[in-house]
Amino acid sequence: MTPLQTRKLWRMGAGYLIAFTLWYLSVKWLPLAAFARLPDPVTVLKEWFAPEPAYGISIFTGAYYKHIIASTLRAFAAFILAVALGVPAGILMGWSSTFHDYAAALIGLLRPIPPLAWVPLAILLLPAAEVAVVYVTFLVAFFATTLNTLVGVKAIDPDYLRAARCLGANRRDLLRDIIVPGALPQIFTGLQIAMGAAWFSLAAGEMIAAQYGLGFLIMDAYNLIQYPTIVIAMVTLGILGFLSSAGIRLLGDRLMRWRSGAMGLHR
Amino acid sequence: MNDVLHQGALSIRQAGKIYDPAGAAVVALEDCSAEIRAGEFVAIVGPSGCGKSTLLNAIAGFDRLTSGEILLDGVTLASPGTEPRPGPQRVVVFQHGALFPWMTVLENVIYGPTRQRVLGADAARAKALDMLRRCGGLDTAGQRYPGQLSSGMQRRVEIVRALMNEPKVLLLDEPFRAMDTVSKSAMHRHLLDIHALYPKTVLFITHDLEEALFLADTVYVMTTRPGRMKTMLRVNLARPRTLDMLVSHEYLELKRQVVAGVHEEAQKAFERGERELA
Ligand SMILES: Nc1ncnc2c1ncn2[C@@H]1O[C@H](COP(=O)(O)OP(=O)(O)OP(=O)(O)O)[C@@H](O)[C@H]1O
Ligand SMILES: [Mg+2]
Repeated sequence: MTPLQTRKLWRMGAGYLIAFTLWYLSVKWLPLAAFARLPDPVTVLKEWFAPEPAYGISIFTGAYYKHIIASTLRAFAAFILAVALGVPAGILMGWSSTFHDYAAALIGLLRPIPPLAWVPLAILLLPAAEVAVVYVTFLVAFFATTLNTLVGVKAIDPDYLRAARCLGANRRDLLRDIIVPGALPQIFTGLQIAMGAAWFSLAAGEMIAAQYGLGFLIMDAYNLIQYPTIVIAMVTLGILGFLSSAGIRLLGDRLMRWRSGAMGLHR
Repeated sequence: MNDVLHQGALSIRQAGKIYDPAGAAVVALEDCSAEIRAGEFVAIVGPSGCGKSTLLNAIAGFDRLTSGEILLDGVTLASPGTEPRPGPQRVVVFQHGALFPWMTVLENVIYGPTRQRVLGADAARAKALDMLRRCGGLDTAGQRYPGQLSSGMQRRVEIVRALMNEPKVLLLDEPFRAMDTVSKSAMHRHLLDIHALYPKTVLFITHDLEEALFLADTVYVMTTRPGRMKTMLRVNLARPRTLDMLVSHEYLELKRQVVAGVHEEAQKAFERGERELA
């Protein structure tokens, strides 16, 4: 590790330490009733790692993993669906101006509707609450993927297309060799945003319409006055969101090795 | 004589191009004519916005002419009634460079022959490495990505990528415009060497009169918009060209002959720009 990386690591550690200290102090010392009800970090950590937790949720309980798996499956189902539909939709919109005209107006209207506003309709329309939660999660991820893909296709330098046509590429070649790789950086930006948005609306959807999952756990623990469990579920959501974003970034870096270690294009 | 030398004669006959004829009707080219022999190195000099890229786009098959026609070896390439269709007979090297950044140098260079299915991947790779090596030892950079190369290397690789298709005509649209004087001079050397190795018809577009005289067999000076050929000049300097020719009597004499014409057109273009802005 270089000295620079070491220093960065130290600072990140120090950041956590400061945040935890502030949290601890505000719960323990601040003369505010609102803060006094919060669990302090030590209590949360003890509960989280307790073989026999007071409120039933810790890393040693099966229920904890049941909630994690439920949320993860929902997030990934929604995300994969969003990518499978959103990337082709974005490419098609960038590729065909006819399709763009059809789709752009519709998306422009649907996108600003907050995902949670869909929940009642989704429950009414869809066969199961499970599907409704995934649908709401899918929706935001889909818009993020589609629009970023579209921006990526539009941003491709037309000289690349001209050059490829000079070199004998047909329309299919252009799509495979120029459009897709050329839009890939922007597509991956979209995927990262989509993943973040998926977790975001998933937790909200689960609070309203699910029987298990981390969002449900937060709401359930709130109703049962199990405050440390709330924090455990929140932190777990944070970790899962971080890990899935990191995974996408890693995959992107692997697929776009041409972008690393570059001196830049001289254009 | 090499057979290739008999291919690539370009005949530009009263070419005209009006952009947006129903609206603003920008006349970019008008009555633009030139006869370019096979294997000739032609430079086209003209002020900014005079229609140089428009002419090149018509030859390349990116855009349609609105009048006149352009023939390559007697076959109509561009005319108002001809569907523009780019292809490997005339390959463009772009002003801002257009190597595909997501492909390695080698993948870029074999792209043409493999997409056209004239060569298999192995044969194309062998040919590419050979050409890259001849063109200044670029073969060692085969596995690199364009973004890892210097600007000069990127341009040379792009020229090799074009030559891999055995084009009849090589179209260069101000490929060295953004370069500093030293790199530019090195690139002139490379381009001349490459042209000696692979004597294709070259159409080299530039702003830079000295560059044009140093590189070309024939220099055309274009008028300000609408672009026409104003002057044609044969450059009878021996080949290989050397740097001391830049101060030779013949070179300076040629320069004297055209410098006034170029300046006059540049001045007109400048004044029109001021008027249009005002
Ligand atoms: N698609 C277009 N629609 C309308 N006008 C255009 C279009 N393309 C170019 N023009 C105009 O036609 C004229 C010639 O353009 P062109 O690009 O051929 O000039 P150029 O000689 O290559 O200039 P430069 O040296 O700046 O590259 C310019 O005035 C330009 O503004
Ligand atoms: Mg131009």
